[in-house]
Order: sequence, then C-alpha cells, then structure tokens
Amino acid sequence: MKVKLIHTLMASTLAFSSLATSAATTVTIGTVNNGDMIRMQELSDKFEKENPDIKLEWVVLEENVLRQRLTTDIATKGGQLDVMTIGMYEAPIWGERGWLSVMDNLPADYDVNDIFPSVRNGLSANGTLFALPFYSESSMTYYRKDLFSDAGLSMPERPTWNQIRDFAKALHKPEQDQFGICLHGKAGWGENMALVTTMANTFGARWFNESWHPEFNGSEWHETVSFYVELVSKYGPPGASSNGFNENLALFNSGKCAMWMDATVAGSFVTDTSQSKVADKVGFALFPKQVTDKGAGWLWSWALAIPVSSDAKDAAKKFVTWATSKEYSKIVAQEHGIANVPPGSRASTYENQDYMKAAPFAAKTLQSMDNADPQNSTLKPSPYVGVQFAAIPEFQSIATQVGKFVAGALAGKMSVDQALKNSQSVTEREMKRARYY
Amino acid sequence: MLSLKQARQLQTVLLGLLAWGVALLIFFPIFWMVLTSFKTEIDAFSTPPQLFFSPTLENYLQIDSRSDYFHFAWNSVVVSFGSTLFGMLLAVPAAYSMAFFESKRTKSTLLWMLSTKMLPPVGVLVPIYLLFKDSGLLDTKVGLVIIYTLINLPIMVWMIYTYFKEIPKDILEAARLDGATATQEITQVLLPISKGGLASTVLLSLILSWNEAFWSLNLTASSAAPLTALVASYSSPEGLFWAKLSAVSTLACAPILIFGWLSQKQLVRGLSFGAVK
Repeated sequence: MKVKLIHTLMASTLAFSSLATSAATTVTIGTVNNGDMIRMQELSDKFEKENPDIKLEWVVLEENVLRQRLTTDIATKGGQLDVMTIGMYEAPIWGERGWLSVMDNLPADYDVNDIFPSVRNGLSANGTLFALPFYSESSMTYYRKDLFSDAGLSMPERPTWNQIRDFAKALHKPEQDQFGICLHGKAGWGENMALVTTMANTFGARWFNESWHPEFNGSEWHETVSFYVELVSKYGPPGASSNGFNENLALFNSGKCAMWMDATVAGSFVTDTSQSKVADKVGFALFPKQVTDKGAGWLWSWALAIPVSSDAKDAAKKFVTWATSKEYSKIVAQEHGIANVPPGSRASTYENQDYMKAAPFAAKTLQSMDNADPQNSTLKPSPYVGVQFAAIPEFQSIATQVGKFVAGALAGKMSVDQALKNSQSVTEREMKRARYY
Repeated sequence: MLSLKQARQLQTVLLGLLAWGVALLIFFPIFWMVLTSFKTEIDAFSTPPQLFFSPTLENYLQIDSRSDYFHFAWNSVVVSFGSTLFGMLLAVPAAYSMAFFESKRTKSTLLWMLSTKMLPPVGVLVPIYLLFKDSGLLDTKVGLVIIYTLINLPIMVWMIYTYFKEIPKDILEAARLDGATATQEITQVLLPISKGGLASTVLLSLILSWNEAFWSLNLTASSAAPLTALVASYSSPEGLFWAKLSAVSTLACAPILIFGWLSQKQLVRGLSFGAVK
C-alpha cells in the first residue's frame, strides 16, 4: 500500500512538473549585439516576472550574420525564431511577401501614434505596420568644438560639403595625429554606401530614374564620388577605406578626428566619459547639404517583428509591445539613467525635458529625424522608397558590389570613372535580370 | 675562421632562434587576444597599440553576467566529441577497405570524397536547412553531430588511409593465417599499430569541429548553440567590442588549447611507437 502511494505521488509530481514546463511558452528572440539591445536583454527579467507563463531565449549575433540567419529562417519558414530584430530595409519587403505578422490590435496604452510617422511608414508596406521600432536613427555631423574655436572656425547648423572640405583642410594635421575628417570607407550597403548614397542625395543624384535605370553615368554621381574620394584621401586618416562605424568611433573618441559624419546613435558614445577622451568637447550639427538638403540625413530603425512561422505569436507580440513601449523607456530611465532611453522612435522621449537636458545630442537627433523623409529623398523624382537605400529586394546585393567599387576608388585601386562605369554595368545587369525592364 | 665544432654550435643556435621566431610568430595572435581581453575597450582600440596598461577583469565579469558560458561549452564538447567518435566509426572501416582491398575505383572514390570539400558551404545552406527543418534537427546537438561528421569524414578517411597504406599487408596476412576475423584484424592488429595516426586524426577532427562556425551559426538558435555562437554574439555593428570579444574568444579557445597541450605527450608517443615506425 505504502509503495503504491509513493508511486502515485511520484507519478503525480512528474505529471505536474511536466505540465508546468509545458505551460510556459518559450519565445526565442534573434537580435544584434549593441548597447540598447543588451540592455533590453538585461531588463527582460522584469517582463518574465510579470509574465511567468512566458520564457525568453536569446540568439545574439553580429549584424550581417543575423541578417543571413533571419533570411534563411524566414524564407524557409524555419520557425526557429519568434521575434526578429530587423531594419527598415527588410520590414516592408518581408511584410509585403507575407512573411511577417501584422502589428495590429495593439494595446490602447501602447500609443502607436507617438512613434514618429517617418519611422512608422518605413516599417510599413501598403499602409500596414509589420514591425515595432526599438530604436531609430538618422545621421548627423560630430565635430570638435575646441579645435574649431582654436582655429577661429564656426560650424553652421547645416554646413555644405564645400564648407566641410574647407574645415577639414584647415584642421588636418597628420603630424600631430589629428585628421581633418573621418568618414565611412569600409565597403558594404550599410557601410560606405549608406554614407555615399546620403551624400549623393545632396549632390542631386539618385540611384534609379523613373524607369528603374541606374544613373551612375550621370554628372551628379561623378561629382559625389570624386568629392568623397578627394576629401577622405586628402584629409582623412590613413587606411580610411577599411574604416567603418567602430573604427571611426575609436578614432573620434581618442581625439584624432576633427569631424565625423555618421549615425545619430553615436551621440551617446562620443559624450560618454567612460569611453571618450573628448566627451566634453563635442559639437553637433546637421548632416551636410550641397545643391539640396533633400535626403541630407538617413533614416534607419532597428525594429522587432514576428515571423508568420512562429508558433508563439501571442506571447511574442506581448514581448514586442512591452520592449517598444513607453513603459519600457521608463524602466530604462530608472535603471540605467535617462540618457540611455532607446532614441529616435517616440515623440514623447523628446518631449521629456529631463531627457533633452541629459542628452546634449538629442535636439539635433530630433531635428534630423524630423527632416528625414524616405518617400521623398531625392532632388529629381525617383521610383523607390528609402533615403540611404532603395527598398527593393535587389538593392542589398547591388549596393554591396557598388560599395566595393567605391572603396576600390578610395583605396586608389581604380579611378573614380572606372568605379562608376563598373557600378553602372553591374546595376544594369542585375536590374535586367530581375526583369525591371 | 670558425672551427667545425663552433660552426655546428652556431648552426644549432641559429636554427633554435629561427624555431623560436616561427613559434612566436604563430603564437602572437593568441598572445595578443589574451592581452586584449584584459584591456578596457578604449585601451583595446588605442593607436599605437598598448603593450603596457592597467589590466582589468571587467570583460570576463561582463561575460559571466550576460552569458551562460558552461551551456555553450558543454554543447561544444558534446558536438565535437560526438562527431569525432561517429566519424572514426565510419572512417576506420572505410580507410581499411580502401587501403587493403584496393580496386580500380579506389583512387577516384577518394578524390570524389575530397571534392565535396570544394563546394562553398553556403551553396548547400538552403537544402540542408530544409532537410533539418523537416527532420526536426534544427537547434539540436544530434543535428550538429551529423553535419560535422559529414564535413570531416573526407579528411578523416584520407588521413587514416594514408597511415594504413604505410602498413605492410604481410602483417594483416599473418594475422589472417592465425585465424583472425576482419574485425579482429582491425581492432587487435591494425589499430594498435596505427594509434599515432589515429590520435592525430582524432585531434584534427576535434579541432575542426570545435572551431566550425558557419553551420553552428545557421543551424542552431539557443539550445544547441556551441561556443562559436557565443563568440559571434559579442561582435557589434555599433559600439566598441574588441576587448569583450577577445575575452570571450579566450574562453572559447581555452578548453581545446588545454586539451591539445595535455594530449601532446601521448600524441608524440603514439607517433613514435609501433611495429612499423
């Protein structure tokens, strides 16, 4: 009898424990490794405490690896990930193909209208929202106020590229380990081509004309790439063609760059005394213009989306709405300080005077985000959406190849003419292959 | 004018110096990685690079608080040893038949096996991914063991085949005359003779499986992810990460380095003993 009772008790315990295990829904999140995402990972304990029926698991990868991983999983409906960290490039394309769940029926207190309209539009396809923004960014100019003041120079609110060249020339002192300007040189569609495309917008260039023919053989692209190559070769650091965001950040933070144009998210890094030797000497200006200020400042967002192949959609949505909510911003402010609130997505962040005081770069970030318009980013009309990219599936591969030619021209391996000629023929071939004409 | 003795001594010293130079050159990246792991992010990125700095354990503490190192390390151990064991079980009989019962097609079969290594892995990513998805092998250690076995099998067969070829057939024939079965021939004669070669094959397979990154990143998520996935998670598109990446790489390399160091005596002994060598 006793033995029977023990057996029954053991069996019930086992059954209950397995029930308890199966009751918790596991949500697997694929994300990139950066400060804001890691903070989210740390703070997600609070979400799990509030939702004991949901267990979170993290897959953190490098940006390019993550992109390849997500593309494989979503295209084959692998269903390994329940939440994906994607950008403004993927959201409309994948959404339109029916690979992502629609972000509708959000809780009333979520206040979706608080998200900047440009960010909302960038994450939508045909007016349907497919991802919720975690943080967003534009681009702007960082400069050393002390060096400008010593040289008797003053930075306008939105400089022209010609002014930037003059400043770079005046402040370029390689013998003192001080370089006039640091810019993206590393090849890649999200690396040098994000900068060069944004720059090209201000020179009046566009990637494609109204009938999707590339325009690298036009005078605007020639002026842009010639200007970029001359500027960086003459007044940039040595080996600039292999410098990306992190290399330039390190150069700027160690006091070796007089100017740097890159993502607004760098504002929190260059003003952080624990990693920047020039934290109190940094000034902020808008991204430079040339013949126009249309498209002068890119727009990007890291957003959370739910693939249709996920078998935990409800739990995933609960987490995504929590991580991108105003409530989450409050938790970050309490735990990590208000300057570390995810930037660029919500208007309410910038209505908070405490945030504006704590983050000296916030005003320029807001202005840059306000100016960015992916629907209308080129001087001449263009058929594509996107400031620093064209939101078509072929762009990633084309721009990666064009980026290599531009980096080749910067490294002196080919002339600007040759780089543009190659870019034109590669782009035409790919567009023809994709049956645009 | 140097005497013959002095010339020999000089030659020994020069050769010694050359050996040390080559060894230090090969070891330098590992040394620099370990050094960088004790720097702050700002020191890790400084130009010119710093050799002297105030060391910190901050990176290791951050890794400890952010990631479950032992979960990833255990997965690496299971997958590497599992695939090596599985690979040896297949490679030894395959190499035995090819070395001692050679046919017209043996050479072309060996070349064909090696040709599978010439295809870039990304070329078969989608079909393999779909096969794994349909078989429920995604994010499982069994799935990784299967794929690593298949990846390393051609090299393992080639290596063991080369060692077996050096063994005279007469030894096996003698065993056969004494009444040994094929299994006894392999287990009681062939394997003891070629244990040095087999040990090298095992070690190479372990190292290749331990360091493999492409398939482990693409076929796992959280449950079966090995140390290569942990290392990849510390590379950042926006933000300084070299010091933390160096720390996590040091932790990822450490077990296999220690294993290689501990097994080197046995390996050398295995290579120098035997009936033939």
